[in-house]
Amino acid sequence: MAKKTIVPIGPYHPLQEEPEFFTLTVEGEKIVDIDVRVGWNHRGIEKLSESKSFDQSTFLVERICGICSTSHPFAYTRAVEDIISIEVPERAKYIRTIIAEGERIHSHLLWLGLAGHFLGYNTVYMWAWKLREEILDVMEILSGNRNNYAMFKPGGVRRDINPDDIPGVVKKIDSIIPTLVMLKKAVIDDPVLHARTKGVGVLTKEDSISYCALGPTSRASGVARDIRKDCPYGVYDKLEWDMIVTQNGDVFDKLLVRVLETFESIKIVKQCLKDLPKGEIDAKIKNIPPGEGIGHIEAPRGECFHYVLSDGTNRPARHKVRAPTFMNLPTYKATVIGETISDATIILAAIDPCYCCTERVAVRTLKGKKIYDGQDLVKLSQEKTQKIKDKMGIK
Amino acid sequence: MSFKLKALLKSPWVFHLSTGSCNNCDIEILDCLTPRFDIERFGMLLVGSIKHADVLLVTGSVNRNCIPRIKDVYEQMPRPCLVVAIGECSLSRGMFIHSYNCPLPLDKVIPVDVYIPGCPPRPEAIIAGIVKLIGKVKKSITKK
Repeated sequence: MAKKTIVPIGPYHPLQEEPEFFTLTVEGEKIVDIDVRVGWNHRGIEKLSESKSFDQSTFLVERICGICSTSHPFAYTRAVEDIISIEVPERAKYIRTIIAEGERIHSHLLWLGLAGHFLGYNTVYMWAWKLREEILDVMEILSGNRNNYAMFKPGGVRRDINPDDIPGVVKKIDSIIPTLVMLKKAVIDDPVLHARTKGVGVLTKEDSISYCALGPTSRASGVARDIRKDCPYGVYDKLEWDMIVTQNGDVFDKLLVRVLETFESIKIVKQCLKDLPKGEIDAKIKNIPPGEGIGHIEAPRGECFHYVLSDGTNRPARHKVRAPTFMNLPTYKATVIGETISDATIILAAIDPCYCCTERVAVRTLKGKKIYDGQDLVKLSQEKTQKIKDKMGIK
Repeated sequence: MSFKLKALLKSPWVFHLSTGSCNNCDIEILDCLTPRFDIERFGMLLVGSIKHADVLLVTGSVNRNCIPRIKDVYEQMPRPCLVVAIGECSLSRGMFIHSYNCPLPLDKVIPVDVYIPGCPPRPEAIIAGIVKLIGKVKKSITKK
């Protein structure tokens, strides 16, 4: 039997922008085990949210992740609206859908570029990111910002779309499509990409279901699950678009799903801009009653879930976030093991991981046996405060 | 020293360090390297190892887990070196100033040469910041 070696990667490594730590156990070239450690991005957002008002928290959750900076506010505002059980005005729903889909286009293009970069295929990287700039221009015309759009608020949207801008935006989107079609053909028909990605890192349908994979990761394995179809929000039920599902579950299929979804998103944005109704953009929420609400939406990476508990004050009493990468990370166990180190980079990147979304707190003792829950942490904190008080002589 | 600095300014190679950021500043840095902005034509190149780098680009609100690692990385940099703080988080911790996990702003951990504000700063702002950095170093050389 070959000797086992451990290959540590991280936390600062050139592969991905975010810090994370992989431990690959290898036998020769073959990977036999993998462990991922996160925690270099934890900023205590759930706790911070409890100290901010409902309106302020919208901007806070926007900064959970820079790439899905629409998905988190969208899910959060839906959770708050669920507490009050009000309906958002029709125009606001359309604007929300436009912004969410614009984000999906730029996120998928970003991933496509990075995937090319990880494979050492920098042409794809440069092409995809050049196209992405055009989408960011569109978003800048619509929302005033390149990345953090700041369009959402509980009850509606903060900024209206100027009707004079719409023809220019539609023209700009139309001008992108030929280049995007060319890129799609170049990527899907490329023999080099086929050789590197086909049959690599296969996530079977059974594994996908048992690991509860979400979003494009599960749709590439043949699980037809999409919050936009299953539990429609915004105006997705009024529009014509298809859910992209492929069957093989390898890296190539994940790439295919994302590339094809980009076109569906463009279709959705164009329909929304065409049918944009007139009217109010804000339901003008006054007070938020005690109660709890959930909001879930389909982020570019999968289902993004927010839970908000209100106790009648102007601040959330509890705010829980579950980002899609949290569910997709464990699928590494099913996909990476048995592959070679050279393929590991692209397989690890294939779920489109976003570690800063995933960083939630969990405290463990050194032996790794006890896991503290919320009550224990409160108790620990009180004990520590008492210790400090005793030390300083404060009663 | 000044000879080394002059050589550094011809093509400053950058290393990028994310210390608990939301990805946005990181993506804007990568954006600078792609065709629309393309800072590579000025000799700036993103490198994979800190030991090849002249400029350290730091993003994100510095969190407890990262502090010892930032110091490690800074010590491993070949001298002379320059540090650029990018984004509101690394300047003043921005929205996370009251967080239990972000105890210090970046300039309390390592010395910083240039601050680029914004959430996230636009690629134009990042490029302008780097240009100012080069100007600053040139000025310090002529003074000596």
